[in-house]
Amino acid sequence: MRTRSTRVLRGAVGVAGLLVAAELALRAGHVTLLPLVSTVLLRAAELTVDGEFLSAAASTLASWAAGLALTVAVGIPIGLLLGAMPKVEAVVRPLIEFLRPIPSVALIPLAILVFTEQLHLRAAIVIYAACWPVLINTIYGLKDVDPVAKETLRSFGFGPLAVLVRVSLPSAAPFIATGIRLAASVAIVLAVSVELVAGGTDGVGVYIIKAGGGGRTDLMIAATVLTGLFGLLVNVAFVAVERKVFRWRHAR
Amino acid sequence: MLEIIDVTHTYGAYQALGGVKLTLAEGELVCVVGPSGCGKSTLLRCVAGLVQPTGGRILLDGVPVSQTPDNLAVVFQDYSRSLFPWMSAAANVALPLRRKGMDRASRRTAAMEALEQVGLAGAAGKYPWEMSGGMQQRVSIARALAYRPSLLLMDEPFGSVDAQTREDLEDLVLRVCAHHGMTIMLVTHDIDESVYLGDRVVVLSRSPGTVAGDLQVSLPSPRDQIATREHETFVRLRAEVGRLIRGNQLSPQET
Repeated sequence: MRTRSTRVLRGAVGVAGLLVAAELALRAGHVTLLPLVSTVLLRAAELTVDGEFLSAAASTLASWAAGLALTVAVGIPIGLLLGAMPKVEAVVRPLIEFLRPIPSVALIPLAILVFTEQLHLRAAIVIYAACWPVLINTIYGLKDVDPVAKETLRSFGFGPLAVLVRVSLPSAAPFIATGIRLAASVAIVLAVSVELVAGGTDGVGVYIIKAGGGGRTDLMIAATVLTGLFGLLVNVAFVAVERKVFRWRHAR
Repeated sequence: MLEIIDVTHTYGAYQALGGVKLTLAEGELVCVVGPSGCGKSTLLRCVAGLVQPTGGRILLDGVPVSQTPDNLAVVFQDYSRSLFPWMSAAANVALPLRRKGMDRASRRTAAMEALEQVGLAGAAGKYPWEMSGGMQQRVSIARALAYRPSLLLMDEPFGSVDAQTREDLEDLVLRVCAHHGMTIMLVTHDIDESVYLGDRVVVLSRSPGTVAGDLQVSLPSPRDQIATREHETFVRLRAEVGRLIRGNQLSPQET
């Protein structure tokens, strides 16, 4: 515990040091285009109680959450199916490896034509990017299940379905959770990206573009910083839950 | 109660079992001993229905084994992989009882009872990774006991624990088995262990494994770690088993 808090402290010192250095450089007048660090931080604090920004954030949050929820709901069952049936996986694998590297952002123009509803468009793009880590980690998690553990349950007369539910699934759960955590991060990136590219009525991406149009670089950066902070918090929360739920995995 | 009739098994071109013939009577503790690679584990897995033998038949209470029989339990050597780390000791022991259609409360009661029999009454809530190797293997044994199988298969059950723990576990198995009247087939590479534990010792020859000897162990019960090992019958049998194993090891070089 103590080493962990020491590490957090050191990280905080690093961040603070960088911010102070940037502030000093900006005050010395080396870069004139950007607002001061202190100004950005002040704006960021103001934005957390700003109605316009909050409604934009709520919209982004909605497409992020919807996309992530659908990703989990679809990705895990498909991953389980493919992980449990290696022959089917061998058939589908090349397709996955082809689709996976296609940047989600490149699909936005097509998605604009396909989806009429703003939330559908945004969630679809989020799902496309976020489903891969969930799918791949679920497949690998299932493949990694110890054969002795599976045989143990089989030796007590349990059938394939019971082995899947009682051994393979819990054993693969930490992998799946990691996949969801990675997907959550990717989903934030895409939820904002799709707003930046496709525009729309609201959303953090739309807010950033508007602020830029008004020449408010301080608001642009402040909104970006808050998005990054949200991503950090989500990650920290996921790691904390994983540590608690999958204590058996780390303790071994 | 268990009949193994001319069982053969080949992995690809490698013949692991070359026609094993073996019968276990009700309540008997039979140790199958042989050099590593003689196919003794394969034989056990065939009996458990985990591996389909290439040839021959296995009858359990007169019924051919095609898949894992209901009234059978296995204790594996590798307890750390055989126990589920996400479950407490009690939950590990209780899990197979679902197959018996027992409700939650009676599963729990049976698990606690079995843990008590192996001397782990106080450790029911512990997780496998919080336990020593010996304790973990006790949990595996408790899991098999709680299931109340008519046939218990043990695959090198004490191969991964230290010598002192090993002796404790050997005596534990003898004690609980006498209590439950189970039939046991225990596979080991340890000659002393096979003679100490067995009512009978079956020696398998090096691959392809066949029965090279079948010795009745007429040692007084209950067995005692010191006195039994000093007994002249023990010393004689140990030498005999050793010769059977060694003889088969030498023969390929002589020809």
